[in-house]
Amino acid sequence: MAEAIETHKLRKVFGDYAAVKGLTLQVKQGEVFGFLGPNGAGKTTSMKMLLGLITPTSGEASLLGKPIGDREAMRRVGFLPEHFRFQEWLTADEFLLLHGQLLGMEKNDLQQRRDELLERVGLTPFRRKQLRTFSKGMLQRVGLAQALLNRPALVFLDEPTSGLDPVGRRLVRDVIREVRTQGSSVFLNSHLLSEIEVTCDRVAFIQHGEVVRVLELASLSSEQTNVTIRVGDLGPETLNGLSQWGREIQRDGEFVHMIITSDTVLPAVTRYLVSQNAEVYSITPNRTSLEDIFIETVGKDGGL
Amino acid sequence: MSPISIIARLTFREAIRRRIMLAGLVMGIAFVILYSIGTHFIFGQIAKDAVANLPSQMAADIMMAESTNTFMMMGLYAAAFLSIAMAALLGADTLAGEINSGTIQTIATKPIRRADVVLGKWLGFAELLGLYVLLLCGGIVLSTFIQAGRIPQNLLTGLGLIYMESILIMTITLMLSAAFPALATGGVVFGLYGLAFIGGWVEQIGAIFQNDTAIKVGIITSLIIPSESLWRRAAFEMQTPLMGTFDSPFTTTSVPSPLMMGYALLYLIVVLFIAVRIFQSRDL
Repeated sequence: MAEAIETHKLRKVFGDYAAVKGLTLQVKQGEVFGFLGPNGAGKTTSMKMLLGLITPTSGEASLLGKPIGDREAMRRVGFLPEHFRFQEWLTADEFLLLHGQLLGMEKNDLQQRRDELLERVGLTPFRRKQLRTFSKGMLQRVGLAQALLNRPALVFLDEPTSGLDPVGRRLVRDVIREVRTQGSSVFLNSHLLSEIEVTCDRVAFIQHGEVVRVLELASLSSEQTNVTIRVGDLGPETLNGLSQWGREIQRDGEFVHMIITSDTVLPAVTRYLVSQNAEVYSITPNRTSLEDIFIETVGKDGGL
Repeated sequence: MSPISIIARLTFREAIRRRIMLAGLVMGIAFVILYSIGTHFIFGQIAKDAVANLPSQMAADIMMAESTNTFMMMGLYAAAFLSIAMAALLGADTLAGEINSGTIQTIATKPIRRADVVLGKWLGFAELLGLYVLLLCGGIVLSTFIQAGRIPQNLLTGLGLIYMESILIMTITLMLSAAFPALATGGVVFGLYGLAFIGGWVEQIGAIFQNDTAIKVGIITSLIIPSESLWRRAAFEMQTPLMGTFDSPFTTTSVPSPLMMGYALLYLIVVLFIAVRIFQSRDL
């Protein structure tokens, strides 16, 4: 099966400024792919090139095995743009019908799908209201429904949680999981690292319009874990003894920080401390956060 | 339903929901009512004067026929101008506004051609303008018929040409809107309209004084933008034969040829084609 997205040295130059220098990446079928980078790194431009809104200056790309802009491929693609704007004089019902018609959906299927999605995003009571009366969060929800009408094999979401309250953010996260469960791919552009961290299978870091790093997020938790232990009555010998399970052991008052390679050693660490008569108040494993990696990758100046 | 007709319906619905059509309708009806009230008194006065001052009933009839037609042409001239203004208003913000706001993004990423978007909008506006021209010009003609019992000759050809004039302006606006922001588009369209208007006058006056250079200037202007020549042909079609010998902006002395009408049609098609090409090639 073809990759959901495949690009090779995709490049876009505006005047004498290269917004995207050379984007090469693959997104597999059924994976949730995060696209991360500082402001102005070329994320939105890249997404627009993939969607055929912007013509690349050079390079190649394909969606679902078809060259970008192919209408057959676009029939199976969903898209929620950033700062989603719409035909605000339409009601939610009419808006979804319009987009379904443009997708070439069959009438009965479209009506059924529309009702289903309005229910899913919690807008059924507002379906006959004009979009101009909607709050930012409600618009984002109806936009999300629009992106899912055609049961897309590939969904592009550009900052989908911007303007959403915590309930709305949870909804987006759940919907992304559902889409993946159905075997579809999601291309997620977000600067909310915590969102990316909980929803994505892989992330690409983009800087100056180039992919600088691709990371499996599943590996993030297993590779290394920071552990913080709050403990009283800890002698230097006991502290040194911890080195058999981890490294970079540091003491900071009643807190001890160390790095372990796997969560599985934690019970042994606990037994050891108790056996040494140390007073253990808490042991907290902290995964290396995506934010740490982000800053490590793009630099503290955000690549400016 | 084809993508073009989906977009056309959306465009039509937008004009209704955003009350553009309502505003046009109210103003149009007010315009027709005002025309009717004005002409009601004027026609009555002329009829009295003509019977009192002219030597025969025949002369009075000719006087009535000519003056009714003159006032009707004045009304139609104003109606044509209002239709052009409507055409420019409808078209100026459409593509430019949607590109600017990003509304176009969810439309253009659907499995449709970009040409469908432009052609659909064009079709939607053409339908709206059809109704508008029919309301305004139809109102004037009907009012004149009810009051004076006269119908201009070549009515359908005349109204068709006025309609085509508004379509031409709308198409030019749509093309500019694909490339420039709304305000710049509106400015350029009214500038072009002004150019055509002045050019038309130069040609008319040139014809009166039989100055070939002035006529040529007018023709060249018509080649740059043939909107005014469509009006002048429409006026020529509908005016009484005697009227053609008088000079006013509402009558026609220098008649644009059928060749110029063919040119205007070709011009319209080319502009629409360019609008599609601009929209196809630009980044959204």
